[in-house]
Amino acid sequence: MLKRRIIPCLDVKNGRVVKGINFVDLKDAGDPVEQAKIYSDGGADEICFLDITASNENRDTIYDVVEKTSKKCFVPLTVGGGVRSVEDINKLLNCGADKVSINTAAVQNPEVVEESSKKFGSQCIVVAIDAKKNADKWEIFTHGGRNNTGIDAIEFAKKMEDSGAGELLVTSMDRDGTEVGYDIELMSKVSSMVNIPVIASGGVGNLDHLVDGIKLGNASAVLAASIFHYGKHSVKEAKEYLDSNGIPVRI
Amino acid sequence: MNVTIVDYNSGNISSVINSFKEVAKDKVNIEVTSDLNKIKFSDKVVLPGQGSFKSCVDALNNISGLVDTLNEFAINNKKPLLGICVGLQMFADIGYEETETKGLGWISGKVSKIDNQNGKYKLPHIGWNQISIVKDSKIFKGIENNSHMYFVHSYEFLPEDKNVISATTDYSSNIVCSVEKENIFGTQFHPEKSDKTGLKIIDNFINL
Repeated sequence: MLKRRIIPCLDVKNGRVVKGINFVDLKDAGDPVEQAKIYSDGGADEICFLDITASNENRDTIYDVVEKTSKKCFVPLTVGGGVRSVEDINKLLNCGADKVSINTAAVQNPEVVEESSKKFGSQCIVVAIDAKKNADKWEIFTHGGRNNTGIDAIEFAKKMEDSGAGELLVTSMDRDGTEVGYDIELMSKVSSMVNIPVIASGGVGNLDHLVDGIKLGNASAVLAASIFHYGKHSVKEAKEYLDSNGIPVRI
Repeated sequence: MNVTIVDYNSGNISSVINSFKEVAKDKVNIEVTSDLNKIKFSDKVVLPGQGSFKSCVDALNNISGLVDTLNEFAINNKKPLLGICVGLQMFADIGYEETETKGLGWISGKVSKIDNQNGKYKLPHIGWNQISIVKDSKIFKGIENNSHMYFVHSYEFLPEDKNVISATTDYSSNIVCSVEKENIFGTQFHPEKSDKTGLKIIDNFINL
């Protein structure tokens, strides 16, 4: 039976982890490679890096991080943030990323999704959808959640599936950082609209939220960042909790 | 010993390279090339493959003499070859992704889209699934039955001779996920992304 996945996400800025696990035995709490290794050794089904480097001159730092991580971690590695073109995707894949997540570029220029999925295969193209509820619909936000495009998120999800996306990473902007749980309605609506796997993101504050994302939101995978920071929960604990709630996981 | 990973522009092979180098350490030389002579004289060959069946077959055919060299290596000289993902699928006679495309024809059968039972199952089949070992395969030495492996695919290999099947996995149906025919090995899952168990399979292949 196919297992549901837990994907810890690390925010990386200028090649360094922002927040992160911060275990006492960590030699260098800011080293993304070391943190990713802890996650994969702890049973993470995949690792996700979100590059939040603001300035263009430091953007190349992520390539070095990806290259080093892929030599140490032998579970799938997804990298997102600032991916603009087919060439950016090519560079990340060559450095050892297994999947690349595309956000703003997918909205501004959907051909990037079409072209890259043809060139590299759908298996490595993840479209990241940042959505916020407005009255009775969800609208797509770009540029790290700063710009409202007015585009309907559910319709856009379908369009991205048709363009060749292999997976959708759906983040609720309303919930992100709140720790009150995923936007279940959004997740289940997107999941029932498309036939590709949906990764739920945004709002996880406790282990029950992971269970809800899968059971109620029908997500194939759950992504979380802060619950794993500072050792609040380990990936192992999270998996055991899902297991005890009857969710099939890899243990 | 030389193990060659065939680099034929089949998409992203960095992870395959990294995992083989990790396992090989300094004991085995891992070569990444499309140089026909190097392939010919290597001890083992790895045939990766990402993207569609058609794009991988086209990429193989785009390198003049490559298919002949692989045929000589695996069929005439019967040296060990491991196909991963679409690399395995290309063993078939024919594939139906994008359009009907001829495969290498090493193991009779076809590659068809996984039946998603009218949308009941999501495709691609992405994530960790357990393998059910149905035949003692040399690459499964020390691998427990029902081990988890990482999958990502929408098409499946349907071999005519069921005796070549070494493992299956349960999704919308029972999917062939590993084959062994004499010196030819293949995995539909990605050992290079399947953590320690996956690396063990790579180690088994290197140590054949």
